[in-house]
Amino acid sequence: MHRRIFLQGASALGASASLLPFLKTSAAWAAPADTIVVAIGTTINSLDLHRTGTNRPSYQVTINIYDRLLRFGTKTLASGAVVYDYDKLEGELAESWQVADDGMSVTFKLKKEAKFWDGTPVTAADVKWSFDRAVSLGGFPTVQMKAGSLEKPEQFEAIDDHTFRIKFLRKSKLTLPDLAVPIPFVLSSKVGKAKASEKDPWATEHFHRTPAGSGAYKVERWDPGQQLVYVRNDDWKGGPLPAIRRVIVREIPSQATRRALIERGDIHLAFEVPAKDAKELATKKNVKVIGAPIDNCLHALCPNLKFEPFKDKRVRQAIAYALPYEQILNQAAYGRGAPMWGAKSEEPADISWPQPFPYKTDYDKAKELLSQTPYKGGFEVPLSFDLGTAEWGEPAALLIQEGLARIGIKATIEKVPGANWRTLALVEKKLPLHLENFGGWLNTPCYYFYWAYLPGNLFNSSNYDDAEMTKLVGETLHMPMDDPAYAPKIKRMIAKAFDDVPRIPLWQPYLDSAMRADLDGYTSWFHRQPDVRLLKMTSA
Amino acid sequence: MAGRSKLTIVGGRLVQAIPALVGIVVVTFLLTRALPGDPAAYFAGPAADADSIAEIRKSLGLDRSLPEQFVIYLGNLVRGDLGQSISTGQPVAAELMNRLPASLELTLVALFISVAAAIPLGILAATRPDSLVDHLCRFVTTAGVSLPTFFTGLVLVYVFYYLLAWAPAPMGRLGFAYIAPPQVTGFYTVDALLAGDLETFGAALGQLALPAITLALFTLAPLARMTRGAMLQVLGSDFVRTARAAGLSGRKVLYTYAFRNALLPVITTLGMVFSFTLGANVLVEKVFAWPGIGSYAIEALVVSDYAAVQGFVLAMATLFVLLNLAIDIVYTLVDPRVGVEG
Repeated sequence: MHRRIFLQGASALGASASLLPFLKTSAAWAAPADTIVVAIGTTINSLDLHRTGTNRPSYQVTINIYDRLLRFGTKTLASGAVVYDYDKLEGELAESWQVADDGMSVTFKLKKEAKFWDGTPVTAADVKWSFDRAVSLGGFPTVQMKAGSLEKPEQFEAIDDHTFRIKFLRKSKLTLPDLAVPIPFVLSSKVGKAKASEKDPWATEHFHRTPAGSGAYKVERWDPGQQLVYVRNDDWKGGPLPAIRRVIVREIPSQATRRALIERGDIHLAFEVPAKDAKELATKKNVKVIGAPIDNCLHALCPNLKFEPFKDKRVRQAIAYALPYEQILNQAAYGRGAPMWGAKSEEPADISWPQPFPYKTDYDKAKELLSQTPYKGGFEVPLSFDLGTAEWGEPAALLIQEGLARIGIKATIEKVPGANWRTLALVEKKLPLHLENFGGWLNTPCYYFYWAYLPGNLFNSSNYDDAEMTKLVGETLHMPMDDPAYAPKIKRMIAKAFDDVPRIPLWQPYLDSAMRADLDGYTSWFHRQPDVRLLKMTSA
Repeated sequence: MAGRSKLTIVGGRLVQAIPALVGIVVVTFLLTRALPGDPAAYFAGPAADADSIAEIRKSLGLDRSLPEQFVIYLGNLVRGDLGQSISTGQPVAAELMNRLPASLELTLVALFISVAAAIPLGILAATRPDSLVDHLCRFVTTAGVSLPTFFTGLVLVYVFYYLLAWAPAPMGRLGFAYIAPPQVTGFYTVDALLAGDLETFGAALGQLALPAITLALFTLAPLARMTRGAMLQVLGSDFVRTARAAGLSGRKVLYTYAFRNALLPVITTLGMVFSFTLGANVLVEKVFAWPGIGSYAIEALVVSDYAAVQGFVLAMATLFVLLNLAIDIVYTLVDPRVGVEG
């Protein structure tokens, strides 16, 4: 008896369950006009960029909710894309700033009306506390501060409530731009000091979940692994008040789903879409795709000079001639990248970076170069790439494998998962041949060379060690770019990079995002994160 | 009497589970440490040097010896502290408490749909071999196992969301217009009902529909096949023939005698399917942005997030122990013979 009831019940429920997809979506679920929805594919893991373990996608939180002393302006490219302008610094918390006559310090006047969200005024003491924090915590913030020659708390001085001075350790053109990167953001020192403990003197555990800043947006809600909701801070003094009142950042791991959402118009912005989707979505009427080349960033093939065949410069050059560049750009990046091959001269024409290398697909030349070496019979080598970048890494690796096979080099492809990648490629630097994609935040050639061509530095995964290059980088890193000595030295560095090819550039990647046609103000940034403060709706 | 013997079974089972759990704690600890890769280097960020990596290794406690780390881990475990996940930055226990209900809700609804469809289908197929229903059953089961879940999921999204707009946007457990109901069980549908919020209930159910159907299509196959096979076997057995010879009605024979006996292997399969689905529906979670436990574990594994991996394995192991126990108890209810053996 009761079993019969069970069966009837089951089939009745089955029927109702199968009706579920036919439920109409309610109108209530569409977002109100002053709210926009941004979809990202990755997960935000912290609201505090200074904390250990904060991941890349979390940088956007810092950018949107905190203020820095300075920020970069924007400019419009010929393509119509709006990008940040490395050469234009604007005040965010700073009203004005003045470099001392001896060039060894800079004094900032802070905006007097700037307030933290809780109403307390932003003072020079807060700036000092925040900068002290960044240089003291270790890890990424400290390293990034150091890139701007900001190394010790003694350098930072709160002269009065609204005057802040930085004493330079050396004259460096990187110091001021480094104040506009996400790292030197200003937190409320009052909250920080109240929440600090002996074990956690900089209150990272508190700021990890509970930010206290003065920025354009506040975090209204954070459901880790799901969504982050920004709500506008109407008292923001750092710049023009953002047009959008609320921004919902949803984590949608599946690219196919993100694409369906943007095509249906249920989200406003799909941040960072793969090249293939960018190309296809650009043809749709209700979606626009905006992309720009990422400054100072290269996708490169790196032969490791610690390993035998690659110690020979001619072997590296042979490889550089044996790559099907055009096919790689078309198939791995769907054409969304700037070519980095085919320069006419072996001497760089100018100091722009990145610029095309004087190599092209020429298998005969490659064979000839290889035949001059003891490896003319070819050799075997593993070719590794980071699984996290498999989107472009895999097709690129396959094409490289084909190219190398034509000159007798047998490459076996090895995919390395994320955590191992850093250790193997960058820290221990023991991958013989691999794909690498470093991009420098500060947009100067010497900064790129500093990270990628100096022995021991993280992104020099090729173990390139050349006395002249090291000397040149040391001389140019802090030198003003208008110094007459700068350009010749940089040209020499680029010429060496051409000739020695410890890194063989494949292309300069684009960062593409897809958005609704009525969304305006999207800007491409060096930090490769969405700055939602600039977004607006055109129809509203 | 009978109740007491069942209690003994339950108690015995629970005691038996302890060595298994201890073993799991040791093995997961060692296995996570044996993973290649260095979480300190990974979490040091894009511009780290050797010093900052060493600082981070120290702050993560990874500079200590393995036995030392293990003792610390055990101490925390006893206090119910599963540690903090470095990749998500949240306490592992809190995160599991958030994500496990999401996975459980999805899996349970999916299994419910799947059982509701599979059992009638299996019975019909068994009672009418080689009929149209039987062929349909064969087709559905073959399609169900052979189509990967992410594919079924994407097709459903494409048809019901993208083309027809019948389903809500596949963006997780609730759309923007709703806030999660106050947490009681962690199941949004149940919590919404408890809070008396019918609108949120409907929204949560709408979000559940597509992923649950995707999973149901996948889990339907083993269940329908098992029901069909077991029914065929039981229908051909002596006691059914006897019952028929004794003149009992077809209904009575089918449901009272045959079905009850055929249910045992189906329950076993159900238990297996359930535990498998709970941890393994990563792809469905990805397609529907479902904040479940499977994608959490995979992401933790990829970045060598020790605490998260250990916490996940431990939680799943505990769940499996409880699940097996539940299935054994259901057995004793369905099959009187089991209870007596004690």
